[in-house]
Amino acid sequence: MQTNNPSHILEMDNVHFSYAHQPVLEDINMKVSPGSFLGLVGPNGSGKSTLMKLLLGLLTADRGDVKLFGEPVKSFKQWSKVGFVSQKANSFNSGFPATVFEVVSMGMYGKVGLFRFLKKHHKQKVREAIAQVGMEEYMYQNIGKLSGGQQQRVFIARALVSEPDLLILDEPTVGVDAQSVTNFYEMLKELNVHKGITLILVTHDIGAMSDYVTDVACLNKCIHFHGNKETFEANREEMMTAMYGHDVSVIEHNHAHDHHDHSHDHDDLAGTRS
Amino acid sequence: MIEVFFQYDFLRYSLFTGLLIGLLAPLIGVFIVVRRLSLMADALSHITLTGIAFSLLLGRHINFFAGMNPVYMGMIFAVSGSVMIEKLRHTYRFYKELAIPIILSAGIGIGVVFISLADGFTTDLFSYLFGSVVAISRTDFIVVLLLTSVVAILLFLFYKELFFLSFDEEQAVISGIPRRSLHLMFIVIVAVVIGLSMQIVGILLVSALMTLPVAAAMRLAGSFKQMFLYAVIIGEVSVLSGLFTAFHMDLAPGGMIVVINVVILLFVLAFTSKK
Repeated sequence: MQTNNPSHILEMDNVHFSYAHQPVLEDINMKVSPGSFLGLVGPNGSGKSTLMKLLLGLLTADRGDVKLFGEPVKSFKQWSKVGFVSQKANSFNSGFPATVFEVVSMGMYGKVGLFRFLKKHHKQKVREAIAQVGMEEYMYQNIGKLSGGQQQRVFIARALVSEPDLLILDEPTVGVDAQSVTNFYEMLKELNVHKGITLILVTHDIGAMSDYVTDVACLNKCIHFHGNKETFEANREEMMTAMYGHDVSVIEHNHAHDHHDHSHDHDDLAGTRS
Repeated sequence: MIEVFFQYDFLRYSLFTGLLIGLLAPLIGVFIVVRRLSLMADALSHITLTGIAFSLLLGRHINFFAGMNPVYMGMIFAVSGSVMIEKLRHTYRFYKELAIPIILSAGIGIGVVFISLADGFTTDLFSYLFGSVVAISRTDFIVVLLLTSVVAILLFLFYKELFFLSFDEEQAVISGIPRRSLHLMFIVIVAVVIGLSMQIVGILLVSALMTLPVAAAMRLAGSFKQMFLYAVIIGEVSVLSGLFTAFHMDLAPGGMIVVINVVILLFVLAFTSKK
């Protein structure tokens, strides 16, 4: 198949989109290479969610091309290659009586296909995915009874179970406590480095993610910056001002402590990646 | 007490039909409840009444319809009503729930006009509204059996897709599940199940048999699959005991079935609130 070895997992070329004549995205150019971990940051209303809907094929661009695995998103069919954890995942109806196992199984459905049932080896994969996010103790627990951080892990497991090459996460840490957030990012890094899964993390929280990502894209209607993290760090102040109109001091604060502690982690990451 | 149901054919068919709908209504009810469509079931049952009234009216003037079970016309109306609800939900994208009162009141309104045009059909109408133990013929039963099998097979085949759509529609669509066609199939099934169930439970109470057992099962179930199990058990218990008491005490079965369901629900609520 021609799509097996694309040079880019995701390509956006000159993409424009507007809601009722109100431009939301303008001239978006973005390339995501296999194995990278892209942090897509931008303030509220910057068009992050729209961008995501475009690349998931839920919306169609007014202009420009969106390609997944080298194939135009319109004709893209192999959705099991793409895992998606939505922001809404943690605001689902918590009264819904489903177990962790049942929820994670859903991630298999697209791959298994219509008129087919989950076989033993599929169920084994489901158990493995649950173990991968460290939730095996809760396998048969009701999802509604878990904490926000635990639920988020379950949704990651659901996205992982079809063994995607690309995992997209939309504000996955909203409503998750600080300690869990750190563990959560560690887990993502592990998936990225050891499983070779390409990650796109959409967030407004620049501080927490910048220790883990390899590339950064700053979005506010158009892409203000798109490049590796080192360049981003070097031009950080400028970027922030360009994007938010002022320096975001709260986020800067949070980040100030661990910035130094982790600085050689950054170098290591850069080494393995380029 | 139970033997009488085997002495007379017509009672036997009511009993068998009751067993089938006691299975079917809660099964589909689980999906109706978790997809927040309980009120749609109500709207569809009311439009079924319109179809029944129309069929009874035609029966007065055209011989062909006099011999036909009005329930089939009711089902045709319910199926078209369900398609109209979908269209309206699309038209009022930001006020989707408007579709339900529109169809519900249109159904009742037109139904009442048909009923008055035919100068009322008092006795028949009563059993359509509140159910009847004696309304089931052998042919009716065979139709119920066939349709029950078709619906059960469809639910089994599309279980995983319907489950995914109910839990998380957006994700289901992203993973490539055909939402629109499945939803259309689903509401057509709901319309058919309403038509089947109303012969025993009656139009006004048919949605109760779809939602009350599920409301109780939801409190008890630890998983989605368990919810089906509990809902069906509660559904069967209420239909059977409702039919027996209704026959022996000469009451409308629909009323008894719902009363028993409510009692079970209250017990479950009292029992589970302590936990």
